[in-house]
Amino acid sequence: MDYATRMRTKLTEALHPVRLEIEDDSARHAGHGGANPQGESHFNLTVVSAAFEALSRLARQRLVYGIVADELAERVHALSLRTLTPAEDGENPVK
Amino acid sequence: MDPAVAERIRRDIADNDVVLYMKGSPVFPQCGFSAAVVQVLTHLGVKFKGIDILVDPGLRDGIKQFANWPTIPQLYVKGEFVGGCDIVREMYQAGELQQLLTDKGIKIEAAA
Repeated sequence: MDYATRMRTKLTEALHPVRLEIEDDSARHAGHGGANPQGESHFNLTVVSAAFEALSRLARQRLVYGIVADELAERVHALSLRTLTPAEDGENPVK
Repeated sequence: MDPAVAERIRRDIADNDVVLYMKGSPVFPQCGFSAAVVQVLTHLGVKFKGIDILVDPGLRDGIKQFANWPTIPQLYVKGEFVGGCDIVREMYQAGELQQLLTDKGIKIEAAA
């Protein structure tokens, strides 16, 4: 199973997101330290979930990092995270 | 983690109001995420100490354990972990970073 699918499965189970976007951004980082020649090293994630309500920015990202800790340890070098509640997502529509 | 590394981190973030653990130096960042945080701090006119974790493998692993945060860069203000690139950027855009720095008594020069 590829890493994007693994992360999607775990995040879906743990957070029941109303919206989850996983974009592989590895190509843009190819060749720099930490980029894996096999790809799947850099991802942009947008997670919209009610689980983030009442959590600080730090706590939200810690929660996500914890869920995909194995993927980070094995292969994924960088996650760019947007962690929003459904209400915030309504206020900040993605361009 | 190595107690010497932990001690060094504690000293660095105690002795300097604003510390950025990053890849490369503030002048020559080696990673886009580190560069983005340098840019925000520079734009705000905040004096900060940049610490290059690439030159010290012990520190590179140690800082991740110290903050329980798996990625670099990491920003500390007055000894407190603020966040990584995404959080710094979001806080800056919302005006929260400026507020945090001001609340902690740190001078910012730019009118953001």
